[in-house]
Amino acid sequence: MRNSWIICRKELGSYFVSPVAYLLLTMFGLIFGFFFWNALGYFVIEGMQMQMRGQAFPMNANEQIIRPLLSNVSVVGLFFIPMITMRLFAEEKRTGTIELLATSPIRDLEIIVGKWLAALVLYSCLLLFTALNFGFLFRYGNPDWKPLAVGYLGLLLQAGALLALGTFISTLTRNQIIAGAATFGVCLLLWVLEWVSGYETSTWARVLAYMSVITHFESFARGVLDSKDVVFYLTVIFLGLFFTARSMESLRWRS
Amino acid sequence: MIQVQALTKKYARTIAVDQISFEVAKGQIVGFLGPNGAGKTTTMRMLTCFLPPSAGMATVAGFDVLEQPLEVKRRIGYLPETPPIYPEMETAEYLKFVGRLKGLSGADIPKRVDYACDRCAIGDVKNKLLGRLSKGYRQRVGLAQAIIHNPDVLILDEPTAGLDPKQINETRDLIKGLAGDHTIILSTHILPEVEQTCEQVIIINKGKLVATDTVRNLQARARDAESVLVGIAGHNQNLEAGIVQHKLEQVAGVSRVLTKGQENGSILFEVESQKGRFLRGDLARAVVESGWDLNELRPAAMSLEEIFLQLTGSEASPGTEHAGGKADPQ
Repeated sequence: MRNSWIICRKELGSYFVSPVAYLLLTMFGLIFGFFFWNALGYFVIEGMQMQMRGQAFPMNANEQIIRPLLSNVSVVGLFFIPMITMRLFAEEKRTGTIELLATSPIRDLEIIVGKWLAALVLYSCLLLFTALNFGFLFRYGNPDWKPLAVGYLGLLLQAGALLALGTFISTLTRNQIIAGAATFGVCLLLWVLEWVSGYETSTWARVLAYMSVITHFESFARGVLDSKDVVFYLTVIFLGLFFTARSMESLRWRS
Repeated sequence: MIQVQALTKKYARTIAVDQISFEVAKGQIVGFLGPNGAGKTTTMRMLTCFLPPSAGMATVAGFDVLEQPLEVKRRIGYLPETPPIYPEMETAEYLKFVGRLKGLSGADIPKRVDYACDRCAIGDVKNKLLGRLSKGYRQRVGLAQAIIHNPDVLILDEPTAGLDPKQINETRDLIKGLAGDHTIILSTHILPEVEQTCEQVIIINKGKLVATDTVRNLQARARDAESVLVGIAGHNQNLEAGIVQHKLEQVAGVSRVLTKGQENGSILFEVESQKGRFLRGDLARAVVESGWDLNELRPAAMSLEEIFLQLTGSEASPGTEHAGGKADPQ
């Protein structure tokens, strides 16, 4: 555990010393800010229309702002995750520093977990921007914080799963661009798999839809903590890190 | 300290290292010598637990590289061919990171960082980004990184590659200074380096062990091939090189005579004989009996370079490099 923390700190150091972290934070802040502004705009207009028509239909900030925004974040995250994970191992392989790590008295798994954890921390920093925006809702409104907390948990789990896959893909090449592009492809595919459920109901379609990371996020966005979805994400995290470990091992046997 | 037995590394089609066995005693500096692609790096990578061997075994400080890699890694400092540095880190920060990685704990780290910086003379770049350092400094940071946890064994893969002559000398002195505290294996394809720094040499070629001995013994062994330099001058007469050569060839046991040119008024010949034949007396007699002056008679000491080429069976003759250098006035 101590060793993982050493690796994690080093990775965070290189994220925040280079422009990578700041670029991602800025882009994400801008994009999410725009989403938030839009969602709030619709909410306000809708609220005024309701009042003019005299309908006393209850407006709900959780349902009408937070939930769609959380879903947006989960999709936007798919685009940011490859940029976070692509350098993790590819860069070490290219510059040869992997030899330093692999010949230090530290287990492969500790290296992998450390790197994955650093990626997750950077992603959490992105999420802090959303907390900033949601803070305004709490300042001027009275949304329920519990569904939001569950939503954040879901986002972290989903990101953890995709980051684990990205980490794995990064061990397969020494070229960051290839690692990034492949991870992006996988993320995108895992997102659109869900679409088959729109027109197909066969077992295969159901299996495919089940494999989509987005399907499992819906309950979190609603504020429902479903053990089935938690298990799904944890399984993907475990599988991703497991494959990473195997890939590192095969690196030793082949290289 | 290090024991290697029938160590083998096979890849899909090639055998990179083929049944190598050797031993290194504590506190020794061993030169690992071979042409490029001979399997030096692969062997070192197996010793550092970076690559698992396909067959055979290797132990470092009594620990098997396959069975107890963590214990082995704790006792090894390794400098790969390219120093494993992170360009975005500062020197001191990087050494602290490596120190923690190697298992040093809190209070020891600053002390060891200072020690390593001092030893490798990189104190003046402590707060510089590694990416901005010159090649020589990077190499020294690489060495500092290897000694940070005071390992029993240092494994250095071509520590002087790509340095300028001054830096090479500094690095060699540094490595010599490190011996005693550490057992050192260094690989190189530069021969003078071995002659100057190492006590023992392990020569490998195409994955196979060719020779393992002390530098002194290897030179002695090569001398046994009995190559003698004879300097002859005509006594008050002009000497025909061809006639002398013919005369020398007729001495029993001589296998080859080469004319090496003029020197101080005498003509130098290199006389090679069969192994074990001690011909200096016979040669002297032959020369004197012919009425010539024997100005010089000495064994031709083979440089390690010649031994190396002889052992590895390389086609390039040792003279070609010098000749090329002379032809170019710059």
